[in-house]
Amino acid sequence: MENTIIKLNNPILKLKDISVSYTAGKYAVKDVSARVAMNSITAIMGPSGCGKSTLLRAINRMHDLYPEIKVEGRASLDDKNIYQMNPMHVRKRIGMVFQRPNPFPSMSIYENVLAGYSLNGIKLKKQEKDKIVENCLRDVSLWDEVKDSLHKKGTFLSGGQQQRLCIARSIALEPEILLMDEPTSALDPIATKHIEDLLLELKKRFTIIIVTHNMGQAARISDYSMFMYMGDLVEYDKTAKMFDSPKDKRTAQYLSGQFG
Amino acid sequence: MTNTRYRQIKDKAFFYTVCAITAITMIPLISIIWELIKKGIKHINFSFFTEVAPSTLDAMLAKTAGEGMPGGIANGIVGTLLIVSVASLIAIPIGVLAGVQLAEKANSKFSHAIRFTAELLNGVPSIVLGIIAYAWVVRPITGGYSALAGSLALAIMMLPLIIRSTEESIKMLPTSLKEASLALGASYATTTIKIILPSAMSGMFTGILLSISRVMGETAPLILTALGSSVISLDLSKPSSAVPLLIWEFYNDPYLIDMIWSSSLFLLGLILLFNITAKQISKKWKTQ
Repeated sequence: MENTIIKLNNPILKLKDISVSYTAGKYAVKDVSARVAMNSITAIMGPSGCGKSTLLRAINRMHDLYPEIKVEGRASLDDKNIYQMNPMHVRKRIGMVFQRPNPFPSMSIYENVLAGYSLNGIKLKKQEKDKIVENCLRDVSLWDEVKDSLHKKGTFLSGGQQQRLCIARSIALEPEILLMDEPTSALDPIATKHIEDLLLELKKRFTIIIVTHNMGQAARISDYSMFMYMGDLVEYDKTAKMFDSPKDKRTAQYLSGQFG
Repeated sequence: MTNTRYRQIKDKAFFYTVCAITAITMIPLISIIWELIKKGIKHINFSFFTEVAPSTLDAMLAKTAGEGMPGGIANGIVGTLLIVSVASLIAIPIGVLAGVQLAEKANSKFSHAIRFTAELLNGVPSIVLGIIAYAWVVRPITGGYSALAGSLALAIMMLPLIIRSTEESIKMLPTSLKEASLALGASYATTTIKIILPSAMSGMFTGILLSISRVMGETAPLILTALGSSVISLDLSKPSSAVPLLIWEFYNDPYLIDMIWSSSLFLLGLILLFNITAKQISKKWKTQ
């Protein structure tokens, strides 16, 4: 579809005709093409079941875990096809934060931040570790709250703190893209505000793609917005422009609260 | 109004009936413990733990001299610990890996086959496992009754419980845990070893302790394999004693029959200790 490809000067990620099916012949995501701008926040909106999370998980190849799910099309990161790369390399370069905070229960806060390194067998010196932990926890503004309990289990923290810890764990590996699957839907409004402020800070260093069912959130933080409906990418534009003058009738209806 | 009153009475009656029936289930255990303490506590002293089982002659001489029962069950304690430890070394790695396979590839044909086999294995009478171990180890490998054969028989008994508890504990973990690890670029093997197994540890550990406590009291398979021994032996290729074997021997000897109560008390205490530890550990891990 013409209107779904917006011109970008330096796209970091290009999606071309991405289709995902859970059962043969039934598409949860159908022929989605889009380019994602570097150091921006791109929001994927849409009603429940529209395929927004499915599209997001196609980007870091999370669908590989489930043999029944088929992904077609091409996704390129720096002009290399993600589907032909080693999935482990893809996931190191494209981090992911999940809907429910999921710090590793067997690890301390400190170990959770460094999990990306330890799980990939990367050995670090003590000073390097300390530095990464402090920097990442400062980046997610969690440092002051946990600096005295770094060696306690991460599961002790509140939901919002746990989610910030999960973001710290993802950015510790310095990914190029950060995928976020409704990262605030399990959190209260104050914790949500915290994370949103954080994302605006983080986009200076990372490209963020966030799935959200919260239109207000998309309007507040994103530079670009995709609107998906029944597996189709209906509209993709600068957020301000889409909220101001949506081109498609369905987008207009969704944004005005007529469904969703 | 009367209707509400009637329902309240019915509710209360139901509640107290449930309580009463639940209390009945506690009677057997409490009466067993009471009986064993009453009859067995008098023989439990320091030498009970440090000396080997008395011979019929010793017991006879002591009795005619009007002295207390000589000896202890040290050979049985050492034998039980040896046989059960080796059984655990065999069963834990195999059981845990099979449990991982069942949890991760729940619907593959191979998993169905393992699950089915484990269920059947759980129903195989322990004496039959003893015969199997006799045929596999006693005759071809150790050339005679041996502790190793006993360990093998007990290891086979432990497997189903370890497999099941590992599978269940892993299945209880949220999938997002595995996804979080893979999303960091970890391999499947690393995710299993460094994330899945440690997170499922409390449930697995409980299952392992319960399986140990289950086989610790087994007698039938040991009669055909470890046979029994009157000396303390750490040699896996030689016959070995075990506490349940001693109880069986004491029962068959009129001069030693007094020892069955104290030995049974000790064995039950050891098994209860394992059970309670398993509960405590899983509780502690859960709240951490």
